[in-house]
Amino acid sequence: MTADVTVSAPAITEPSRLLLPVYERPGPAVHPPLDFAGYRSTGLRHPKRPLVLLPHRLTEVTGPLLGSDLITPSDADLTMQHDGEPLGQRIIVTGRVLDSDGRPVPDTLLEIWQTNAAGRYRHSREQHPAPLDPNFTGIGRCISDAGGRYRFITIAPGAYPWGNHHNAWRPAHIHFSLFGRAFTQRLVTQMYFPGDPLLALDPIFNSVPDEAARQRLIARFDINLTQPEWALGYEWDIVLRGRIATVFEEPHL
Amino acid sequence: MSERRNMSGLTPSQTVGPYFAMRLPWPDGPYVVPEGTPDAFTIVGRVYDGAGNALPDAMIETWQADQDGRFAHPDDPRGASPAGYAGFRGFGRCETAADGSYRIVTVKPGPLPTPDGDIEAPHLDVSVFARGLLDRVVTRMYFPDEMAANAADPVLCSVDRARRGTLIAIAEPEGHLRFDIWLQGDRETVFFDL
Repeated sequence: MTADVTVSAPAITEPSRLLLPVYERPGPAVHPPLDFAGYRSTGLRHPKRPLVLLPHRLTEVTGPLLGSDLITPSDADLTMQHDGEPLGQRIIVTGRVLDSDGRPVPDTLLEIWQTNAAGRYRHSREQHPAPLDPNFTGIGRCISDAGGRYRFITIAPGAYPWGNHHNAWRPAHIHFSLFGRAFTQRLVTQMYFPGDPLLALDPIFNSVPDEAARQRLIARFDINLTQPEWALGYEWDIVLRGRIATVFEEPHL
Repeated sequence: MSERRNMSGLTPSQTVGPYFAMRLPWPDGPYVVPEGTPDAFTIVGRVYDGAGNALPDAMIETWQADQDGRFAHPDDPRGASPAGYAGFRGFGRCETAADGSYRIVTVKPGPLPTPDGDIEAPHLDVSVFARGLLDRVVTRMYFPDEMAANAADPVLCSVDRARRGTLIAIAEPEGHLRFDIWLQGDRETVFFDL
């Protein structure tokens, strides 16, 4: 296709020499299907037409590099955001943000939100009759370090009921939002806790088709991360789509 | 070593749920450029479900090049625009209001080269998150006053002609661009496999 269009921007030089990375495309079993009968709200909200393949070009291989100007130190410690300490089990949640090719993803923004220890979100539409904690908002932010590592201090969230089906309860979870380094890497997900009997009953957790992939949503309790007399430690690594190749690495001669 | 545990596999997506508004919106989230930026305009729209109801609990994110079609990002080998557009963030985020509406304040990006030597028409990449979406859905917004560039755009050309219009914003009399997103139904927006 020729570019016989009038462009108002400065001339683009040597477009044939533009070299861009290409990101892995996840297999069908990793991410949940958009249409999942067990989660009723998908019914009217999932597209029914086939998705159209989008090649990875400039807009897709770049992304917002949102930085430390958005962050204050207390953003990563959800127990220090009020005058008093929140009720509940204090926990440390830490891990690394990685590419699927194993490389750390440094300097990337993580955003989290969660219920308090009683299973109540601080949100105007929240209906669950559990108590609010005046000392807990349940929101946090941090930036991964040079090795891709992140660390939050928070309170173990509670389970809560929801209206999906009779006696439906969400397992305790922390919502995570990540940007990575490219639009292709954007991820919003949830971290769960090991040994939770509600996991087997939860349609959102079980919407992930692949058993091994589902298990990757569960943090690992680690006594070595646990701090004596203070807080339980959990480790959870987050793996974003990596690059499958670049023209630099595999030149087409 | 626990480090090896997750190495081989991607972390799956989960829904943003109904309560993301606790955390994700920022006061200046809809501002890709600061208020008062020359040539700035507002994109307005709603997100609709398959019953034609606007979603009061969705979140829109946009990502785009600057006015010269460049990105201040290490993987744009051309680098940031020498013009150095002050306050240009490239990124916009807006949750939908009770009436389902969102807005993004931005400037028009320039056209973009591709590795194949094509030229992409000015566009925004758009993500939609919501309760009931187990993964984000991704679409693109193109501009109604770029008919020639749109006709040559390799992505638009890959879309069934009858559905291309769902990707092109509508000019409104007051200078806004309207970009409604239909998740399902007769007017379903084209979504991409990214």
